[in-house]
Amino acid sequence: MSNLSKSKYRGFEADRSKYPVEEEGKPVIDLESHKFTKIWQGPQHPGVTGNMAVELIINGDEIVDAKAHMGYLHRSFEKLMERRRYIQCFPIVCRICVPEPDTNEYCVSAAMEDLAGITVPEKAMWLRTLNLEMSRVGSFLMWIGGQAGSLGMGAISQWTVGMRDYWLDLFEEMTGGRVYHMYMIPGGVRKNLPDGFKDRARRLIVKTRRLMQDIDNTFLSNAIIKSRLQGLGVISPEMVDEYGIVGPNARASGREYDIRMNNPYVCYDNLDIKMITATEGDAYARAQVRYRELNQSLDLVAQILDRIPEEGAIQAEMPNLLHWKIPQGQTYVKAESTRGEHGFYMVSDGSEKPRRVFARGASYTHAISVLEKLAVNVSVSDLAGLMVSLHTCPPEIER
Amino acid sequence: MKLKDVLSPLRVWERAAKKPMTIKDPINDRPGATNYRGFHKNDFSKCIGCGTCEEICQNAAIDLVPVEGQETVEGDSGLRPMIDYGRCCWCALCVDVCPTGALTMSNDYTWIADNPEDYRFVPGADKTKWQESEKGYTRSPDIQIIDYDRVDMQELEPEERDKSFIEIVKGYNKEQAIKEAERCLECGLCIATCPAHMDIPGYIAAIRDDDIDNALRILYETNPMPEICGRICTHKCETACALHNNGDPLAIRWLKRYIVDQVPADKYSEILGTDHLEDEVLNRKVAIIGAGPAGLSAAYYLAIMGYKTKVYEALPGPGGMARYGIPEYRLPYDQIDKDINYIRSLGVEIQFNTRVGTDITLEELHSSYDAVFAGTGLHLGRSTRVPGADNKRVYFATDLLREVTLGNEIDVAKNIVVIGGGNVAMDITRTLARLQNQKYGKVQILTTCLETEDIMPADVEEIVEAREEKAVIDPGWGPKEIEIRDGKVYGLHVVKCLSVFDENGRFSPKFDEDQKKFFKADMVVESIGQGMDLSYLSEGIKSDLKFSPRGRIEVDDSFQSSLQWLFVGGDIIQGPDVIHGIANGYIAAKGIDTYLNAE
Ligand SMILES: Cc1cc2nc3c(=O)[nH]c(=O)nc-3n(C[C@H](O)[C@H](O)[C@H](O)COP(=O)(O)OP(=O)(O)OC[C@H]3O[C@@H](n4cnc5c(N)ncnc54)[C@H](O)[C@@H]3O)c2cc1C
Ligand code: SF4
Ligand code: SF4
Repeated sequence: MSNLSKSKYRGFEADRSKYPVEEEGKPVIDLESHKFTKIWQGPQHPGVTGNMAVELIINGDEIVDAKAHMGYLHRSFEKLMERRRYIQCFPIVCRICVPEPDTNEYCVSAAMEDLAGITVPEKAMWLRTLNLEMSRVGSFLMWIGGQAGSLGMGAISQWTVGMRDYWLDLFEEMTGGRVYHMYMIPGGVRKNLPDGFKDRARRLIVKTRRLMQDIDNTFLSNAIIKSRLQGLGVISPEMVDEYGIVGPNARASGREYDIRMNNPYVCYDNLDIKMITATEGDAYARAQVRYRELNQSLDLVAQILDRIPEEGAIQAEMPNLLHWKIPQGQTYVKAESTRGEHGFYMVSDGSEKPRRVFARGASYTHAISVLEKLAVNVSVSDLAGLMVSLHTCPPEIER
Repeated sequence: MKLKDVLSPLRVWERAAKKPMTIKDPINDRPGATNYRGFHKNDFSKCIGCGTCEEICQNAAIDLVPVEGQETVEGDSGLRPMIDYGRCCWCALCVDVCPTGALTMSNDYTWIADNPEDYRFVPGADKTKWQESEKGYTRSPDIQIIDYDRVDMQELEPEERDKSFIEIVKGYNKEQAIKEAERCLECGLCIATCPAHMDIPGYIAAIRDDDIDNALRILYETNPMPEICGRICTHKCETACALHNNGDPLAIRWLKRYIVDQVPADKYSEILGTDHLEDEVLNRKVAIIGAGPAGLSAAYYLAIMGYKTKVYEALPGPGGMARYGIPEYRLPYDQIDKDINYIRSLGVEIQFNTRVGTDITLEELHSSYDAVFAGTGLHLGRSTRVPGADNKRVYFATDLLREVTLGNEIDVAKNIVVIGGGNVAMDITRTLARLQNQKYGKVQILTTCLETEDIMPADVEEIVEAREEKAVIDPGWGPKEIEIRDGKVYGLHVVKCLSVFDENGRFSPKFDEDQKKFFKADMVVESIGQGMDLSYLSEGIKSDLKFSPRGRIEVDDSFQSSLQWLFVGGDIIQGPDVIHGIANGYIAAKGIDTYLNAE
């Protein structure tokens, strides 16, 4: 932990000598001693993230031990897919992450295409890229609302969630759905862009940039926010590998890793895109990285709008998808969600249904082991802010 | 803490005066996008009740249900999708998959009902406020969930086929057959339409699974002549195919042929489990008149049930019109033999060159057998009866085709006119064109008929291929006279045919006598339909039989005539085509079994 960050955090001493002894890495806590209290944060949307619970042992306001609990959202998507034809999977996977369903849609189709050896036509690739970047914009806007809200700044949540709704309007036009877009299907996408879409999208980019200026003024350049987030939940560069931390959480600790650049998919290698990082590793640095990435996504959407070919197929030539069999094989495909590396592992046994689908979202580590580690020593009142600063998304843990 | 960070947030004070983002009446002020996936609509004038929407819905939200006012007709089950909004996730996959484009969605956001049952509804039948709405999600023409394009069939080129009787259609290979089989939606509309109600989706699924043995077993459940049907069936199933509404129907006939072409004849009994049939022979005998599709189908199913069957056939070979009518280039004799030899291997005896009524009487059959099935077909030619039609160089198509099969030489003229616009006319045209080509090195044959080309009963492919083989087709003329000079045919005089049927759909051709044409020819062939020869029915039997007003023997659902021991089927009752004959034979065999067991 860098000294700079520690000194900025206005919470508790990192010195743990006065706390319970640890055995096998876990503190031994005697609740009967009346020094400690056990409380539950959640499972109703603690820190505006989705349903999960954190079992806390506190001493006064200070969190001494934290245990993350999952299981409130389990819907068995992976198993459901084993009983469904390949074409029937895309309406399922979007539910794996409500605010950013499209990465799942992309991954599940890309995995099938990879296994079946299907080349997606160029125009469909561009439309997918557009969809994915628009999705990142929507997700980041929602995240700002969550981060501000978790620190008591409800007004900002209203602004960004309201702005996200305008992006959902665009999704509605483009895909037919606001939240679950169900737009990418094996072989391509379902629809061409409606007339006038590009102009409306460009106008919304301008509008969103204006809001981003206000966000900078009220949120990032805000003394109170800074005092709450700086030094909170510091992720050291060493932790990044140890915990498998990805996405803005890793980039805010100096790690240059973004799949859009490291392993470009869809049309990212045709876009002007730069890695965004910070070094402090705390919640504030993560907010900065996300803020800048949001602005970059706006820029990328503009770039993509200029480059989508007018003509061309939006779906590869496909067999009857009712009986589509994919040759035996296994694959792992990944994409950069706003939370980091999002991957799908898929096994086909040659039949009409996938043998195994495994969806791995970044929250798996971020919301469990990373959170459990970072929560210790933090004030109860900062826990929600810490959770949002990790951009945890419980539905993605429970596929 | 920097002062800037304290003051900075105050810079957005003007937001306090801004109009809010929210709107007062969102549903009316901001309707859904044109493309929004709102609530389901179904256009009943397009929906065929195929159930593909039900099949694709991963939430099992759709059930096909009977709906008042919707009848089951060919190509339409009469059922309609009922959607359960307690299960639906509004993915619209059902819309994308619907082969008719009947199923769409409105762009409505909300639906308020006080009875939860309302949310399970039949779009199109149950009144909804959005049924007429024009906006909403529809299937994009740019994507395909199902495959509307048929796998092309390889055929001989015109110059490879116009002098010989080699089979034209080459058949699918394994890869092509599986690809074509993958297009099937398994809706089963074809089953209802097939006269034999073959389990078409079943055998197509077996092709997809590359389980040919199983496919063969499924074929033989309802059809013991799959090599024949796989080549020349009238394939009514394909007209009913759901894919036909937006693309090419499945090549059901060619897939059937693919199955049987894969299995060598000597494997049949093992695969079909008939290798020990002789252990179960019953002490009951059935006589069958006519070794055509109807008779042989009855014989097959009777043999399977253990009956001793003997077929009496007037001609020297089996197959009826399948052999003596249909030309070899469409249906090679060895393929007919493959089907029929298997039937014979089950103990079915055929006595050739025996005409019932002359060589043996029906009464004799009645006394020596427990039941009789008659499937004697339509073998009498019909004449236009125009002046000159009685000349010896005026022929019936079926007579000539029979001669060709028998191997007898035909005195083919250099210049021939054929009268008729059906498939039989095309068969004789193309047969004679080949013979002309062989004999003279060129084709000079013209085929004319009453109907204009758009309503000619012959299949389009037949017309196209006949032309490719250099036959001239000049439709829309009515024959007036066959001119005879010095006792020889000189040509055919025709007048313009204005219409063929009257407003009630009855045959009543109208002509314009002023528009005339003359087709020069030294041989004329009439191909305007066939009649039945029931001369084997003695007066005694005839008087006990019931006939329909149009002269057909009346039969019940099991093809039993008013004489209980006599069952009748095939062309003389229904059709005329091979698959009706097969279907009739199958049902009659069951009927005979029921009749004999009830005795
Ligand atoms: C040129 C032509 C092309 C055709 N093309 C097609 C086609 O592409 N597809 C299709 O589905 N159908 C086609 N048909 C029709 C099809 O061949 C018949 O519908 C079918 O063969 C009828 O079967 P059936 O058993 O009722 O009669 P038939 O096949 O006519 O068999 C009757 C049998 O009974 C025998 N018989 C008759 N009277 C007696 C008697 N008194 N004693 C003993 N034996 C007797 C006859 O010799 C004959 O073998 C075609 C017909 C013709 C003429
Ligand atoms: S898929 Fe279309 S045509 Fe078939 S039953 Fe459903 S709505 Fe009707
Ligand atoms: S929209 Fe999707 S979930 Fe709803 S009925 Fe259609 S296929 Fe089923």
